[in-house]
Amino acid sequence: MRFQFKTSYNQDIRLFKDRIDTSWYGLLAVAVLAVPLLMSDYYVGEATWVFIYAICGVSLMALVGYTGLVSLGHAAFLGIGAYAHAYFLQHGVPWVVSVALAVTITTASGIVVGLPALRMTGIYLTIATLAFGVIIQEVFSRWESVTHGFAGMPVEKPTIFGVPFHDEWAFYYLCLFFLVLVLWMTRNLLRSPTGRAWIAIRDSEIAAQSMGVNLAIYKSIAFAYSAGLMGLAGALFAHKIGYLAPDIFTILLSIQFLLLVIVGGLGSLHGAVFGAIFVALLPPLIAILRDSIPASMNEAAQAMNIKLLAIIGEGIGNFLKKPGVEAGIFGLILVLVILLEPLGMYGRWVKIRVFFSTFPMYRGATFKRQKSYMRSERLR
Amino acid sequence: MCRGRKLVTFLQLTLNGLAVGCIYGLVALGFVLIYKATELVNFAQGDLLMLGAFVAYMAVIWWGLDYWLAFLISVVTIGVFGALLDATILRNVIGQPQFAVVMLTIGLGAMFRTFASVTWGSEIYTLPTPFGGVWQVGGVTLSHQYISIVVGTLILCGVLYVFFNHTRVGVAMQATSQNQLAAYYMGIPVKLIFSLIWAISAGTAAAAGILLAPVTLIDINMGLAVALKAFAAAVLGGFGSIPGALVGGIIIGLIELYAGATLPEGFKDTAPYIVLLIMLVVRPQGLFGTMTRKKV
Repeated sequence: MRFQFKTSYNQDIRLFKDRIDTSWYGLLAVAVLAVPLLMSDYYVGEATWVFIYAICGVSLMALVGYTGLVSLGHAAFLGIGAYAHAYFLQHGVPWVVSVALAVTITTASGIVVGLPALRMTGIYLTIATLAFGVIIQEVFSRWESVTHGFAGMPVEKPTIFGVPFHDEWAFYYLCLFFLVLVLWMTRNLLRSPTGRAWIAIRDSEIAAQSMGVNLAIYKSIAFAYSAGLMGLAGALFAHKIGYLAPDIFTILLSIQFLLLVIVGGLGSLHGAVFGAIFVALLPPLIAILRDSIPASMNEAAQAMNIKLLAIIGEGIGNFLKKPGVEAGIFGLILVLVILLEPLGMYGRWVKIRVFFSTFPMYRGATFKRQKSYMRSERLR
Repeated sequence: MCRGRKLVTFLQLTLNGLAVGCIYGLVALGFVLIYKATELVNFAQGDLLMLGAFVAYMAVIWWGLDYWLAFLISVVTIGVFGALLDATILRNVIGQPQFAVVMLTIGLGAMFRTFASVTWGSEIYTLPTPFGGVWQVGGVTLSHQYISIVVGTLILCGVLYVFFNHTRVGVAMQATSQNQLAAYYMGIPVKLIFSLIWAISAGTAAAAGILLAPVTLIDINMGLAVALKAFAAAVLGGFGSIPGALVGGIIIGLIELYAGATLPEGFKDTAPYIVLLIMLVVRPQGLFGTMTRKKV
């Protein structure tokens, strides 16, 4: 068991806890950098999706996980970023300027949405953002001079300062760079007064207010920051998907982002990345299982001469091939996570780590949730 | 003459909007009932509606039953299903943050949709109803389908009103939603009451689904669109107010139809949300809601 003995304030707010922690992250960095060298283009592409989703996750984590404001309209911010970036690129704006403009526009729209949101709490805010998302999606499909409506809008490959980022591996490193930048920025923000004010607002608005936190300002900052990150993710998303259409940015995408932060674990940046890995890699995993389960079950059946196995395998394969099954699997996992592991994947990871670091002394009650009679949200 | 035709069109739109609004109102009523009692926001309400329509479809087409019998079977089945849902899953999350519950019901809704697409298929189906005819009253076409929706809503609301105000169980439900702890002390079986409220709410959704089936046809996504609008209706009326839910539903339905007829294309689906946003900015607690401040 390892104890940390903190002797100064700077030690308390360090990015990495200690030298062992730092070396683990170093190892991770090496592994992530080596991925394009070791894996085929398909897997590099999937890993790029993970990075883009992780930026979206960090964006939503700042708003939902740290400030406690739930938004069902984040797909709209992603769409605004994506369309703005694609539009500026089409008009010959350099890449860096175009991304900066896209981020500025989404940040501004975040403030516009955030201002009325300051007066609302809980479910009213969620519905207001939902309404915003629906309206923006309609704007995407009707404003044809900019978005080309349902005809779609092609996005050219990124070229930055004359350097082409056309290959899978080059774009992988570009997304990785932005993810690390976003994580570093957010981590710093969270240990600054702003981040602490957010957490105070999340835990109790009234307590935060009486400690001198200006609710209006800090909620606006949270909305603006979250929207801005979403705009950045949108720009990368546009390149990755290659072709923008209004029916990408539906409420279902917003729900998927919320699923990401919940499954990953609310209130932790690790959770945003874990959730992104889950959300980005589950669909390809299902696609692989769809074909491999019947095949391998069939082989096993022939080897062991049990016909039943082959029939079961085929049944599973056929079930996975039905339309809409993927959404159901997502739903099932969401339900199980909320019921069994409300802290998400990061919560499970912390539990495993504590189990090993306190090995013979682990107490099951360490993480037991306090059972409150009823935490009413009617009176806030 | 021209003015007369305008009036006829207006009346026609009003009637159709009223009918659509009644559906939104019924679904919103389901939201509000559950919210008032347990503080859970049930996003799967629309999918319960879809399941209700599918069960009725199955009873009529697959088993060849009478429409009214199918109606009854569907409402009872979905009602029991709602009660079981509460008893097995949703009771565990009471007291957890509202957001977690919203996501839980969104997940359940996705599972229901998958279940429906695997069981009944993902095509679009029609449910034959006894309401095929129309009445012509001074140029206004009163389609029996729309009238059946309005009348059905009125009957359901009447039954619920009597139930909540004049029966022992109904009064116990009111007491529970006002103060759980006090209700426990008075010997009310609060858990059972919660399940019953879920049953009523799910049954209402199923009834709304069957009434809506001839208008929108049955498919696995019919609930989602209705639920989003109904949600807007519930918030517009002030979440937690039963008359508010019905009035909100009718307002949303009317706005939708009027906007679809008079404004450019694209406003039919967005106008209710634009009104909702303006409404929330002006009066964040909704039409009939009350703002309560926490005492510290």
